[in-house]
Amino acid sequence: MKEFDPGTNAASIISVTDRVRPLAIGMPVTSVHFLGEVAAFVGAEESVALASADGEISLAPVHSGGILCAATDGARIVMGGDDGKVVALDKAGEVTLLATDAKRRWIDNVAVHPDGAVAWSAGKTACVRGAKSEEKSFEVPSTVGGLAFAPKGLRLAIAHYNGVTLWFPNMAANAEVLEWAGSHLGVMFSPDNKFLITAMHEPALHGWRLADTRHMRMTGYPGRVRSLSWSAGGKALATSGADTVIVWPFGSKDGPMGKEPAMLAPLRARVSAVACHPKQDILAAGYSDGTVLMVRLGDGAEILVRKNGGAQVSGLAWNPKGTQLAFAAEDGDAGLLAL
Amino acid sequence: MAEPSTQKIPVTVLTGYLGAGKTTLLNRILSENHGKKYAVIVNEFGEIGIDNDLIIGADEEVFEMNNGCVCCTVRGDLVRILDGLMKRKGKFDAIIVETTGLADPAPVAQTFFVDEDVQKHARLDAVVTVADAKWLNDRLKDAPEAKNQIAFADVIVLNKTDLVSKAELAEVEARIRAINPYAKLHRTERCQVALSDVLERGAFDLDRILELEPEFLDGGDGHDHDHHHGHDHHHDHGHSHGGLKHYHDEDMQSLSLRSDKPLDATKFMPWLQNLVASEGQKILRSKGILAFTDDDDRYVFQGVHMMLEGDHQRPWKEGEARESRLVFIGRELPEQLIRDGFEGCITT
Repeated sequence: MKEFDPGTNAASIISVTDRVRPLAIGMPVTSVHFLGEVAAFVGAEESVALASADGEISLAPVHSGGILCAATDGARIVMGGDDGKVVALDKAGEVTLLATDAKRRWIDNVAVHPDGAVAWSAGKTACVRGAKSEEKSFEVPSTVGGLAFAPKGLRLAIAHYNGVTLWFPNMAANAEVLEWAGSHLGVMFSPDNKFLITAMHEPALHGWRLADTRHMRMTGYPGRVRSLSWSAGGKALATSGADTVIVWPFGSKDGPMGKEPAMLAPLRARVSAVACHPKQDILAAGYSDGTVLMVRLGDGAEILVRKNGGAQVSGLAWNPKGTQLAFAAEDGDAGLLAL
Repeated sequence: MAEPSTQKIPVTVLTGYLGAGKTTLLNRILSENHGKKYAVIVNEFGEIGIDNDLIIGADEEVFEMNNGCVCCTVRGDLVRILDGLMKRKGKFDAIIVETTGLADPAPVAQTFFVDEDVQKHARLDAVVTVADAKWLNDRLKDAPEAKNQIAFADVIVLNKTDLVSKAELAEVEARIRAINPYAKLHRTERCQVALSDVLERGAFDLDRILELEPEFLDGGDGHDHDHHHGHDHHHDHGHSHGGLKHYHDEDMQSLSLRSDKPLDATKFMPWLQNLVASEGQKILRSKGILAFTDDDDRYVFQGVHMMLEGDHQRPWKEGEARESRLVFIGRELPEQLIRDGFEGCITT
C-alpha cells in the first residue's frame, strides 16, 4: 500500500502532473471519449464539453435532461437520455437526433457498431438501426442492463436479469440465450470475438467462451465493476472495482479460467475508471480519491498523472494514436496530458 | 467517498393496497406549495395528473441476490433508476417510490441495505402505508399483501375515516395495532395529513432510533401495557381495557423484549446474526437499543428480514436507565425460541 503525499513521498514515483493541461469543464462529468483529436467530456446532464488539444472548450447541448449512457466508435458519440432521445454528436459539435422513444421512456443503454449501426434500449426493449437498414426491436424478459455489438457481423448482446441474449437483427434465426443467475448490468465482447463478459450487480464479472458457452467466473471484487478496458491486442482485460487494477489474462484459448489476475497499482482508494492504451501495454487508472496513474501492464511500474485529493475520477480516454490522455473527475475537474 | 447521511437524498416508500388512496397522497405531495421538489418513481404512469419531468415509470422488477437466500430480494429497476436520477442531483430534494398495491415493501427497503451505489447517494427515510378504513379489515383477512404493508410500515395513513362509524374505526385501529403497534398512525379523510408527518421521518436513521414504545392512540386507556413483566407481547384476544380493544393477529405479530441487566455482546451479536439467518424470512422488521456489559455507549440496530445494520449511537446519559429493548415484527414469530435466546445473552 502506498499513498501519494507530496510532502514526503514526492520523489518515490515519477510524476508528470506538471505536464497536464488542466481543464475546468464546469459541470459534473460521467464519461470521457476522443473524437479524433478532440476530447469529449460527457456531462451528467444536458451537454458534452468538447476540448481541442490546445485546451479550448466548447459546449454541445445534446439532451434536455440527464444523459444516461454514451458509447463511441471514434467518429461520433451516441448518447441516450432521460428525455427519451437517442442522439449522436460528432467532433465538429454537430448533434443528430437518431430516435425518440414513443412513450418518452428513459434510454438506458446505447451501443455503436464500427460499420455505423446503432443500438439502444428502453425498459425491456432493445432497438437496432443498421447503417442502411431499418429499425428493428427485440424484447427481453427483464429490463436491459447493457448492450454491445460483436466485433464481426451484426450481432447484438443484450444483458438482462439471469443472462445475456445474443440477437442477430438481420437473421430470422432464434436468439441465443446465455444463462447465469443474477442481474447483469453491463456487457462486452472480447476484440477477437471469442469471449463475452458481463459486469454483474454483485461485485463480480461473468464470462462465456462463445465457442462452447463455457462459464468463467471472475469474483473477489469489493465493489461493483463499472469500468472495463481491453488491452491493445485484447490479451488482457483491465477492470475497476477494487483497490488495485485487476487485470484478467485472456491470452490463451481458455481465457482467465484457472488463472489468477494481475493486481496492479494498489492504493488506499477504489479504482473507479480504467482505459488501456490503444497501442502499447500501458493503462491509465483513475481512483475514488481523484488519483490518476499510468501503469505498465508488464511490471506494474507507475507514473503519477494527477494527485489524490479531488473528486472520484469518472472517466479516462486515450486518443486513437495514443499520444494524448484525457481524464475527468465527477465534479468536472479535468485534464489533458500530451505524451 | 460516502456522503454524510444529511446530504443523502431521502427516499420515502409509499405503499398501500389497491384503492386505499396512494395516488391521492402523491398528488397532494406534488401539488402542495411546500417549496420542495420531489422525484417520483411510480408503477403506473398517467395516474398522476401532474406534469413533471421527474416522474419516472418503474417496472417493479424484484431480483434475488446471488447469495442463495430467498428473502434477499432487491428491486433491480430501482438500482437503475436511482443511478440515473443521481445524474440530476440538485434538481430535486427527495425521492418517493410508489409501489403497486400488491407489492411487498421488503425488496425496496433491502435495495438500500445491499446496494453500495444506492447507499452512497440516497437513504431510506420511511415506509408509509396508506390504508382504507372501510376495507382494511376485509383485506387483512384475504390479502396477505395488505397485512405485509401494515406490518412493514413506519407511518400508517388510515384514510377514508369519514366512511366508517366510530366503532368501525376503533375496530380497524385495533386490528392494525395487533399487527404493528409501533408505527405512527394518522387518521385522515382524502389523505389530509400534514406532509411533515409522512415525509422526512428518518425512520431508518440509526441515530433516530430513540425509543421503541408502542404508539397508542389518544382515547386509549392510558394504563401501562407493558406490565413490566419483562415481556410484553400483545397477547390480548379481543378483550377490552377501558374502551380500547385488543386483538391478536393469527399470523402477524410484534414481539418486544427488554432487559434492565446488561447484555453480553459476545453472546448477543452471534445470537442475533444466527436468528435472522435462520428465521429471517419470518422477521419483517427488527430494531433495538442495547446496553452491553462494560460498554458506556448505546448500541442501536435495525433490520429487514436477514439484513441488519447497527452501530454505537452515543454514550448513555447520566441517570439514564441502561435498558435494552428489542422489537420484532413478523409472521409466525417463534416467540419462545427468541425469548429463550435473548435470555441467554443477558449477563448474569
